[in-house]
Amino acid sequence: MKSSRIGWGLLAPTLFILAITGLLPFLYVIYIGFFDWNVFSAKVGMVFRGGNNYRRLVFDKDFLSSLATTLVFAGWAVTSQFVLGYFLAKTLSRNFPGKAFFRTIHALPLMIAPIAVGATWRLLTIPGFGPVPFDLDKWFHVTYNIGRFGSHALLTIILMDIWHWTPFVTLTLLAGLSSLPVEPFESAVVDGANRRQVFWYITIPGMMPVILTTFFIRMMDALRIVDEVWMLTGGGPGSATRVVGIHIWRIVFPKTDYGYGSAMSLLTLYFTIVLSWLVYTAIAARRRQSVQ
Amino acid sequence: MPARIGVYALWIVTTLFTLFPIYWMILVSARSRVELFDSPTLIQTSFYVQNYIKPLTNPTFQRYLVNSLIIASSNAALVAFLALTATYALSRWRLRGSDSIFFWTITNRMAPPAAFMLPLFLLFTRVIKIGAWSLFDTRIGLILLYCVFNLPFAIWLLKGIIDGIPTELDEAAEVDGASIATVLWKVIVPLAAPGIAITAVLSWVFAWNEYLFAATLTSVRARTVTTGLAEFVTVTGTNWGEMAAISVVSLLPALIFLALVQRYIVMGLTFGAVKG
Repeated sequence: MKSSRIGWGLLAPTLFILAITGLLPFLYVIYIGFFDWNVFSAKVGMVFRGGNNYRRLVFDKDFLSSLATTLVFAGWAVTSQFVLGYFLAKTLSRNFPGKAFFRTIHALPLMIAPIAVGATWRLLTIPGFGPVPFDLDKWFHVTYNIGRFGSHALLTIILMDIWHWTPFVTLTLLAGLSSLPVEPFESAVVDGANRRQVFWYITIPGMMPVILTTFFIRMMDALRIVDEVWMLTGGGPGSATRVVGIHIWRIVFPKTDYGYGSAMSLLTLYFTIVLSWLVYTAIAARRRQSVQ
Repeated sequence: MPARIGVYALWIVTTLFTLFPIYWMILVSARSRVELFDSPTLIQTSFYVQNYIKPLTNPTFQRYLVNSLIIASSNAALVAFLALTATYALSRWRLRGSDSIFFWTITNRMAPPAAFMLPLFLLFTRVIKIGAWSLFDTRIGLILLYCVFNLPFAIWLLKGIIDGIPTELDEAAEVDGASIATVLWKVIVPLAAPGIAITAVLSWVFAWNEYLFAATLTSVRARTVTTGLAEFVTVTGTNWGEMAAISVVSLLPALIFLALVQRYIVMGLTFGAVKG
C-alpha cells in the first residue's frame, strides 16, 4: 500500500488554503461573538462579556424583524420557484421543437452577477424612470412605487429572486424527472391511478432526494441574500426589505459593532441550519407516510 | 394539440419574462443621460455608444477589467489544480477525518457573508503582513479567498469522477516506473478532463461575478469589474447609462461560458449531488 504520507502531501495545499481563508475567520467570528467590541464606543478595545451579545440578540427587535422579513421573502420566493420550476421541468421532460432554445434562454439569469441582477431590476422598477411603474400607471392606473411602499418593495425582491433562481430549480427538477424509472408509472396506469395519484404517490416520492437537495440549497441561499437586495432597494423603504444579510452588514460596517455583529452572524447561521434541518425532516417524514 | 399550445404559451411567456430585464438593460446602455430623463419608452432607434466608450477607455476601469480577468482565471486554475490533487488523495488513500473537514466547508457556504467580512478584513490587513505589504488590496488575496467558495463543489464533483477511474490504471503506470506526478498528468487528467473543465469554468464565473468580498478586501489596485459597477452609484447621482453598459460587458464572458457548459451548471450549483 502506498505510504499515506504522499496522500496527505497531496491534500495538504488544499487544507492549508482552506484553513487560512475559511477556518481561521470562522473561529475568529466565534471568538469575537463573546466580546463587546465597538470601535466607536467609549470603551477602548475588546471587553469580554460572555453570552451577553446572545442575550441582547434574543430581545433585539430590529434583528428579529429582519429575520421575519427574510423568512417571508424566502418562503414566498422558494415556494414560487418550486411550483414554477416543476411545471417548466415537466414540459421540458418531453421533446418539442425549440426546447433547447427555450431552456438555454431560461438559464440566462443564473449566469449574471448578483449585483448586476439587482442593478437591472432597479433600472426596471425605479420610481420615475423605470418602465414598469411608468407603464403600470399609464395603461392601468396602478400605483407601483418601491421607494414608498414597503409591500411593493418586498414583492419586487421576491419577483427578482424568482427571475434569478427559478431556472436553477427547473434544471435540477428536470434532472430528477429524467432519472425516474418508468416501471412504477406504467404499473400505476395499469392499476387505474389518476394523474393526481400518480403525482403524489409516485412522482414526488421518486423525486424526493432531488427536491430536498434543491430546497435545501435554495433555502440556504435565500436566507443569505445580500447583493441583489442591496442594489435594488438598499433595504428600504425604511426597513421593509432589510433582510438579515443586510442588517448584519449594517451592524458590522457603518456601526462597527463587531462583537454584536459576529454573535448575530453565528446565531443566523445556527438558525439557518436548524430551519433547513426541520423542513428536511418534515418533508422526509411525509414521504415515508405516503410511500405505502 | 391543445396541450402543445399550452406548453408553447407557457414558454413564450417565460422567455419574455426572462429576456425583458436584459433587454431593458441593453436599452438603457444605449441611451444618453438626457434621453434617460425622458419617459421610459420601450423602443430605441439610436445607440449612444459613449456609454460603452467612456468606461472602456478609462484606464482605471481597464485596470478593473484586467484584475477581474486575472483573478477569475488564476482562481479557476488554482481550484482545478487543488481539487485534482485533493480528490486524487481522497480517492486513492484512506485519510481519516477528511469527511468532517469537507462537511465543515459546506457550512461556510451557509453563513451570511457579512459574518466573515470583519475576520477576513483583519486577517488581510493585520495578520498576514510582511513589513508594509499585506494581503489587503491584492489580487492574490482574492484568488486565495475564492477557493473557499469554489473548492467544496470542485472536490465533490471530481471525487465522483476520479473514484470511477479504476486503480489498475494507476498501478499499471507505476509498474512502468511513473511517479505520482506522471500518473496524475498522463492517466488521471485525460480521463477526468470534462469534470476538470466544468469546475474551472464554474469557478471562473463565480470569481468574475463576486461582489461583496471583492468590495471589502480591495481598495484601489485590485478592484474588479463588479465593484466598479457599484461605484457608479454615487452621492451625486447614478450614471445609469454607463452602469448598464458595464453590466452588459460583464455579462459577456458568462454568456459565452453558458453556451459551453449549459448542461453542467446545475451540477455545479448542487455540488453534483444530482446525477444528470
